[in-house]
Amino acid sequence: MTLTQRSAVRTRLLSLILRKLRSAFTDLFPIILVIAFFQVVVLRQPLPHLNDVLFGSLLVVVGLTLFIEGLEMGLFPIGEAMAHALARKGSLFWLLAFSFAVGFSTTVAEPALIAVAREAAVTAAQANLIDPSDASIGRYALWLRLSVALSVGLAILVGVLRILWGWPVHYLIIGGYAIVMLMTMVAPEEIVGIAYDAGGVTTSTVTVPLVAALGVGLASTIRGRSPLLDGFGLIAFASLLPMIFVMGYGLIIFG
Amino acid sequence: MAFLPDIAGTLLSTCRDVLPIVLLITGFQVLVLRQPIAHLPRLIVGGVYVVLGLTLFLAGLEKALFPLGKIMAAQLSDPAFIAGSGGVEAVSDWKSYGWIYLFAAMTGFATTVAEPSLIAVAYKANEVSAGTISQWGLRITVAIGVAAGISLGTFRIVTGTPLYLYILAGYVIVVVQTMFTPRHIIPLAYDSGGVTTSTVTVPLVAALGLGLSATVPGRNPALDGFGLIAFASLFPIITVMGYAQFAHWFAGRKRRTS
Repeated sequence: MTLTQRSAVRTRLLSLILRKLRSAFTDLFPIILVIAFFQVVVLRQPLPHLNDVLFGSLLVVVGLTLFIEGLEMGLFPIGEAMAHALARKGSLFWLLAFSFAVGFSTTVAEPALIAVAREAAVTAAQANLIDPSDASIGRYALWLRLSVALSVGLAILVGVLRILWGWPVHYLIIGGYAIVMLMTMVAPEEIVGIAYDAGGVTTSTVTVPLVAALGVGLASTIRGRSPLLDGFGLIAFASLLPMIFVMGYGLIIFG
Repeated sequence: MAFLPDIAGTLLSTCRDVLPIVLLITGFQVLVLRQPIAHLPRLIVGGVYVVLGLTLFLAGLEKALFPLGKIMAAQLSDPAFIAGSGGVEAVSDWKSYGWIYLFAAMTGFATTVAEPSLIAVAYKANEVSAGTISQWGLRITVAIGVAAGISLGTFRIVTGTPLYLYILAGYVIVVVQTMFTPRHIIPLAYDSGGVTTSTVTVPLVAALGLGLSATVPGRNPALDGFGLIAFASLFPIITVMGYAQFAHWFAGRKRRTS
């Protein structure tokens, strides 16, 4: 390789990296704008720890750039490769086992869920719904977590079955909504808020791309399924079913 | 470098997040599929990028944006700020909280645009639809939904109306829209509800909800503080389907006139 070739390669690489960084910066731009607006126009106070803020923002931009690069190189291809391989194998059992395991294993140890479950247990103990001893608080938090993880696993499993059988997604979702509303009426008030939020905290940043790739990969392998119409919808189940399970758990526990 | 221990801690917890997936995929490859994975080195590099990127992203947020967002949420919901210079008494009139609604909407919009899960889903949707669904179009539509949702959620905390009434109304709108929306967009719209509430939005929004319910007289943080996340996952469904309906109607009208 001559010197001019090498420098041409280097310039291309540099411009590629700069382009990726710029797109990550565009993603963050609205946040910067909101902070600036409220600091300058409304609160009229100097920003505390300006250095920390600037350095932190730099980390966020670099991190987002790497993450998106990694999505395209690693997470999407592996999700689709698993979907193709499992579909080719032709064993319904292993496909469903994998779907359930993806949902369950990524949710059960999710830090956000551990925090929410713990908080919910302490609140329930303060309201005298459960025995205020440490052992019973721990048990309550653990079962709450397990019921959420179980429901996410089942949600991915049902979502994959839906892709296989080609059911329209909205029948299942609307049916789910009806169950949520019915259960809200009978479930104890203390568990309803936690149940509604449980739907939101379950789908983590690593799980979403993997599950999306799994669904799209599966829908593009099976004949007669459209990736757009059948590939999406898994995440919607994963945020709906935990609400039903947590309220169900509340009904069993508080009777 | 005071940052290094924080980053190491975040790296550790990100690895713990990814570990079950790595174990699961390796287990299935070795025990069930028994086939070599194609392009393995490239996948591993991609996986390392994901872990490193997520670590830096979270460490940066933890360092810079979360403290700032929490301070701003606290300042804006401070009774002294809301009542103006006139008095320090807490007010329960919902009209005094204008800046809160605006802050909630703008925070919801801005954090949703930066949400990595949404970027991932928008990327996939763009690829699968062969470019007809634009990445930015989807992300901005979802962000508008989150903005409206969180803003309405703060209004609910201020007025103290029951959460389930809003959720019920939202569900009814979703069901009615489902009947009239172009069919191919429905699954994507439902998914948009679930992806919005992850790493960036939840901590900031939770701080706002708890701060606000501690300020407004007669609200109990344990009962009224949550629920914002439920709003943030419901409203994007409505805006995404609404946008699809509008685009569909607009295209139909253009076809008729030309």
